[in-house]
Amino acid sequence: PWVRQKSSCSATLRSSCSVGPAPAGPSLRPQPRQPPPLQDYISMRAPRPAHPPRTPSPGLRRARPGAAGHTALRMPAAGRGRAEPGLPRQRESRAPRRLPAHPAAPPAAARPAALALVILLSFASRFHRLAEPPHVCWDETHFGKMGSYYINRTFFFDVHPPLGKMLIGLAGYLSGYDGTFPFQKPGDRYEQHNYVGMRGFCAFLGSCLVPLAYLTVLELSKSLPAALLTAFILIFDTGCITLSQYILLDPILMFFLMGAVLSMVKCNSCADRPFSASWWFWMSLTGVNLAGAMGVKFVGLFVVLLVGLNTMYDLWDLLGNLSLSLVSVRTFYFFFDSPVISQTAVLYLHGPGDGFFSSAFQSQLIGNNLHNISVPEHVAYGSVVTMKNLRMAGGYLHSHWHLYPEGIGARQQQVTAYLHKDLNNLWIIKKHDSDTDPSDPSIPVEFVRHGDIIRLEHKETSRNLHSHQHEAPLTRKHFQVTAYGINGTGDSNDFWRIEVVGRQAGKLIRVLRGQVRLTHVATGCMLGSSGKILPKWGWEQLEVTCTPYLKETPNSLWNFEDHINPKLPNISLDVLKPSFAEILLESHMVMIQGNTALKPKDNEVTSKPWHWPINYQGLRFSGVNETDYRVYLLGNPVIWWLNLVTIGLYLLITVSAAVALKRGVQLTSELKDLSRVVLRGGGQIMLGWLLHYLPFFMMGRVLYFHHYFPAMLFSSMLTGITWDTLLKFCAMFLSPSATARKVYGAGFLALVLLIIYSFYLFHPLSYGIIGPMASDPSSPMAGLRWMDSWEF
Amino acid sequence: MARLGQTFDRMLGFLKEPVVVTVEINMNVMVLTLMGLISRLWGLSYPRAVVFDEVYYGQFVSLYMKRIFFVDDSGPPFGHMLLALGGYLGGFDGNFLWNRIGAEYSMNVPVWSLRLLPALAGALCVPLAYQILVELQFSHCAALGAALLILLENSLITQSRFMLLESVLIFFILLAVLSYLKFYNLKKHSSFSGSWWFWLLLTGVACSCAVGVKYMGLFTYILLLTTAGLHFWHVIGDQNLSNVSLMCHFLARGLALIIIPVAMYVSFFYVHLTLLYRSGPHDQIMTSAFQASLEGGLARITQGQPLEVAYGSQVTLRNVLGKPMQCWLHSHTNTYPIRYENGRGSSHQQQVTCYPFKDVNNWWIVKDPGMQQLVVSNPPRPVRHGHIVQLVHGITTRYLNTHDVAAPLSPHSQEVSCYIDYNISMPAQNLWRVEIVNRESDTDVWKTILSEVRFVHVNTSAVLKLSGASLPEWGYRQLEVVGEKLSKGYHQSMVWNVEEHRYGKSLEQKEREVELHSPTQMDISKNLSFMAKFTELQWKILTLKNEDTEHKYSSSALDWITMDTNIAYWLHPTSSAQIHLLGNVVTWASANVAALIYTCLSLWYLIRRRRKIYDIPEDAWQLWVSAGGICLGGWAVNYLPFFGMEKTLFLYHYLPALTFQILLIPIVLQHISDHLCRSVLLKSMFTALIVAWFSSVYFVYCTFSPVTYGEPSLSVTELKDLRWKDSWNILIRKQ
Repeated sequence: PWVRQKSSCSATLRSSCSVGPAPAGPSLRPQPRQPPPLQDYISMRAPRPAHPPRTPSPGLRRARPGAAGHTALRMPAAGRGRAEPGLPRQRESRAPRRLPAHPAAPPAAARPAALALVILLSFASRFHRLAEPPHVCWDETHFGKMGSYYINRTFFFDVHPPLGKMLIGLAGYLSGYDGTFPFQKPGDRYEQHNYVGMRGFCAFLGSCLVPLAYLTVLELSKSLPAALLTAFILIFDTGCITLSQYILLDPILMFFLMGAVLSMVKCNSCADRPFSASWWFWMSLTGVNLAGAMGVKFVGLFVVLLVGLNTMYDLWDLLGNLSLSLVSVRTFYFFFDSPVISQTAVLYLHGPGDGFFSSAFQSQLIGNNLHNISVPEHVAYGSVVTMKNLRMAGGYLHSHWHLYPEGIGARQQQVTAYLHKDLNNLWIIKKHDSDTDPSDPSIPVEFVRHGDIIRLEHKETSRNLHSHQHEAPLTRKHFQVTAYGINGTGDSNDFWRIEVVGRQAGKLIRVLRGQVRLTHVATGCMLGSSGKILPKWGWEQLEVTCTPYLKETPNSLWNFEDHINPKLPNISLDVLKPSFAEILLESHMVMIQGNTALKPKDNEVTSKPWHWPINYQGLRFSGVNETDYRVYLLGNPVIWWLNLVTIGLYLLITVSAAVALKRGVQLTSELKDLSRVVLRGGGQIMLGWLLHYLPFFMMGRVLYFHHYFPAMLFSSMLTGITWDTLLKFCAMFLSPSATARKVYGAGFLALVLLIIYSFYLFHPLSYGIIGPMASDPSSPMAGLRWMDSWEF
Repeated sequence: MARLGQTFDRMLGFLKEPVVVTVEINMNVMVLTLMGLISRLWGLSYPRAVVFDEVYYGQFVSLYMKRIFFVDDSGPPFGHMLLALGGYLGGFDGNFLWNRIGAEYSMNVPVWSLRLLPALAGALCVPLAYQILVELQFSHCAALGAALLILLENSLITQSRFMLLESVLIFFILLAVLSYLKFYNLKKHSSFSGSWWFWLLLTGVACSCAVGVKYMGLFTYILLLTTAGLHFWHVIGDQNLSNVSLMCHFLARGLALIIIPVAMYVSFFYVHLTLLYRSGPHDQIMTSAFQASLEGGLARITQGQPLEVAYGSQVTLRNVLGKPMQCWLHSHTNTYPIRYENGRGSSHQQQVTCYPFKDVNNWWIVKDPGMQQLVVSNPPRPVRHGHIVQLVHGITTRYLNTHDVAAPLSPHSQEVSCYIDYNISMPAQNLWRVEIVNRESDTDVWKTILSEVRFVHVNTSAVLKLSGASLPEWGYRQLEVVGEKLSKGYHQSMVWNVEEHRYGKSLEQKEREVELHSPTQMDISKNLSFMAKFTELQWKILTLKNEDTEHKYSSSALDWITMDTNIAYWLHPTSSAQIHLLGNVVTWASANVAALIYTCLSLWYLIRRRRKIYDIPEDAWQLWVSAGGICLGGWAVNYLPFFGMEKTLFLYHYLPALTFQILLIPIVLQHISDHLCRSVLLKSMFTALIVAWFSSVYFVYCTFSPVTYGEPSLSVTELKDLRWKDSWNILIRKQ
């Protein structure tokens, strides 16, 4: 019960209409073709130290400590390459002890050592107890299942773009998972199935986040302590660890996101030598990462926005540079949306998900009954047809034996819109005034023309599509649509005028491409689908109404999709093929709509964006009761509250620095450097945080705590930069007295120790607790439930 | 302290000089005002019938006249109050049934004075437009052009002539812009002078009035705040100013542009709540405490109830959320069906629901688990936060219970029932812990109406919750109540408050039933503080959602630029005289063209300037930027947000944006004539073009004035000729 309800998987959206056919499960047909070589992506993205320069031996460095006028930060030489996991505390406490007062330019050798330490700690913390718990946790039920779909080559629909799930599928495939585990619900045991490969892949990407953040901060602030602080924050944040350890999209998304930010920052610092090899490298890496981020989740859009803004700023800068001619303005290719292309390419088998996509799109999917089939081109009387609503993710006009319940309009047979193919979607077109049997071969074929008045008879129940002045079940201002009559005999409320958009009277009506509207003759309203979901009695299908507001929206337009008429010659559907751009647009629209359709109900308790930075409430990943193995996604409160305070602090520092500069206060060169780091570097990170956080306030969909994690990455980097600046500033006030370096060192040390101690307190949250709840004094978490809203 | 004194000294510098009034009359302004008044006030009380949204605002005017409380989710109350002021001045008694557009007004409705204030506001927009252009440093010709364009804009005329709020909103928006410009143009040598203070304060006041009329005013307010922020940033850079005077500037702006508007906004609500003290039809969406503060209604019932809930108290429990409707915890003798339609089983115990009407079955008795008695002891023992109680249903004397059985409609939650012992090893689990959500300390007493309480089940730690679903036939379509096991934080659906309350005295069940049927009575009065009322009302206004208000004349934001839609406001009952909201086509088109030209030219200039090529002199560039910032910025902030809104949109929502866009036309024209027409010949040709274009604006105004003023009635062919666009809906009577 602790899994969030999600309508992304096809199973929940499919109605349980008793008359409909049972949906096909994931098919296990063999598949000859290989997925695209995604390994390339992965190998390219392995964390790289930023140009590790060859450094002189430790002895030499010690001989000239004051290089470039600054005392240098020195890492103990013995520590290089010897960082074992499991000994974090002694090591951190040793490193900063020798911090000098102006640690602006640490010797280059300290950096690889620090990086190695960061990488080791990061991997150790993420891979520790990775296989626990050996059952499905939280959203693994969705994403694991979708990974299996990829391994089985079954088409499905989901609200997220495909790259992340393809990667999960690939990781599973490579690690020997055969795609047979059903991932039914959280808590299911994996038994003999190999799930560690998929978790390991996510944990690998999650571990890479830390060095990426480390390198980004190092590049922005040129300060090793700032970078180390950021790295420690991310390494020892329980939330980041938990989120990286399971089969989820978030580690993949955050990996691409941080990769994009790092390459953007690197690219900026080679801006002085454009078109050099490293410039091209980082530039193209930015593009690849952005495409990756976009391909995993739509949240990736925000990082695209961040990079876009940064690029515009750069271009504007370049424009002002009069030594450059206008011709040499760069070209960019960031917005190449590769994964969607590969979705259509790889998945040419289809499964139950394609009822969501419009008819024209479906004709592209091999194996769909619209692919390569031929139907009569023009609709005639006596044709058996299905009609699909033109709104995105609109359904087929549908009816079944069930009646509207008492109290909801007239008690006649329901008419709904159904998203899946079904025999109950078939309707027969009849003339309104004659009841001759159209299948009689002696009668010549008569085409339906624009402006004709017709009747639509439901094939299975032989009732006519009918409307009258009763209010519709959900949209009160519209009229109810029912199926009425016995064996095709009804009354004058069954007459509909059929019109094609943009046609003259008397023209024929084409299948698929003709956009048709049906006007009720007696009341003058138009047949439409409101897109609202009916309650249980309507099998959670979509409401169909007759709208008195005669507006031409896709809601009230329909097209004919299937068309059976033995008397007419068939034509191939290839003429009606949509262009690639149309497919891309449509698949995205459907995904976005699916996303916004995840709306909370009135009486549902949901997570609010303002909860997130204060770490108000976490998410249960596994287990509820005392005897369960419990994993709880919650940020390390000390770190999160430090981040929160830092944002306020940062704003304060920025405003005072900006005002001081504007007022023309004379600053020393060190202060100028500091303010440049804060304003330029910190500004970029702050913008990233804002872009990844504020939009959630405007989203109508159901939100979860884990949506904040991309923003939290930015917030942590900001913390590193801000505290480093602040400590340097304090040290500068006290210099040149000997206390200055002590203040800096002590401050840094205190922060790091605080972080590590809080991790020691809260680590059971991510690595699992068994035993009594925190309210019990014998629990390992006793006394740590600092907020009532935490559920452990 | 000395510095502080100095600060005040500077800020109050205007007191040092005598107040001198010099009268200077600009005949242009006078004539424009006069023309504005004529165009807006002429034949104001025609038609003597309800026109379009008057049917909506009228009901509020009536409620104001009768002092009956209401909540309108469309906006804050200042606009409604202004309309009501018109009614008050005209001596309206509020007796009119606002039920149908086109209904004839009865004699007691002072139509003229009800429509007067919006019309005056609309008329004053004409001279305001003139002044704004003058303050933007454009020529009097350009200013005159802007004023005339506003004057001849059919849609603005239509919207001003009825009891609607858009013209008032536009008036305050323009006033705020004008006073800010006046303030800004008083250069720094006259800082802190009397007129400096006047215009600064007027900016804040006008902004708060605009926001108070409609929330749309917020967009312009934000625009002005941003502009003021930018300007202040330049002031910071001025190194001739001392830090102290910089602080003075900052404080003065903060006071006038933030503190005063907020205070004014709150004061609108104060007046609103002071005026409306009677209970009325909108009561039930407010909390019990709020309802109890109104005269009549709930106050009559709750007046004199005991404040503290004690063991033995008889109470009704109202769910705080009030969605989908207000309801009280309820039980009745019927049991849950043994099997539901979908085959799941139930406990077959007595149903517990939430019932939206007052009923004797809503009464519950708070019982101490350790004692048998159901009466209040003497002295009463109050129930505090954290105490464990049992809730006994008054009529059936069964205990409120929940257990590990799936609820009828929300299978993830627990079923809540009144326990019946079937002897089937299903023990009673009827202990509930009382948690006061809005407590001040952990020993707070549970108070009637004021305390918001959660009931936490002791055995399963489930929380009593209204699920929002309504039960099928067997539950009489009442609302489902469940035990929510995974309680995620605070949600109003889990919170309950005591509404009716009395101390139980009857020992016997028979007596008790009689007691439950009798009305409550005793004496204490409760008053809610203004701030509590304000917060609640404000919250309700912001969160109240009118579901699904599709309308025949609603449109999408994209239709507005090209005016693909119109709104029929009124049709004469017999003739074909009619009023439409329909703009001046030429003006709308030229405004769009002007915005386009402005954007392209600005981009062109900007890129060229970046490459150090200066096409126009620096001061002309500054003018161009500031004028565009206000006019194009005003258009953008008042238009673009509508693309993200989910509410029903109408053409009239575009009018504030349109006003700003119209102001841009003369700016662009003058710029072209001054800087782009290099030769005299070109200039005179351009002037001739402008004259021709102006006459076409006038021609279109005259053509459409019959549907703007509703007179004279046109023939069918004339009406058909007016339908310039196929998407317009001009009403033509069938012969």
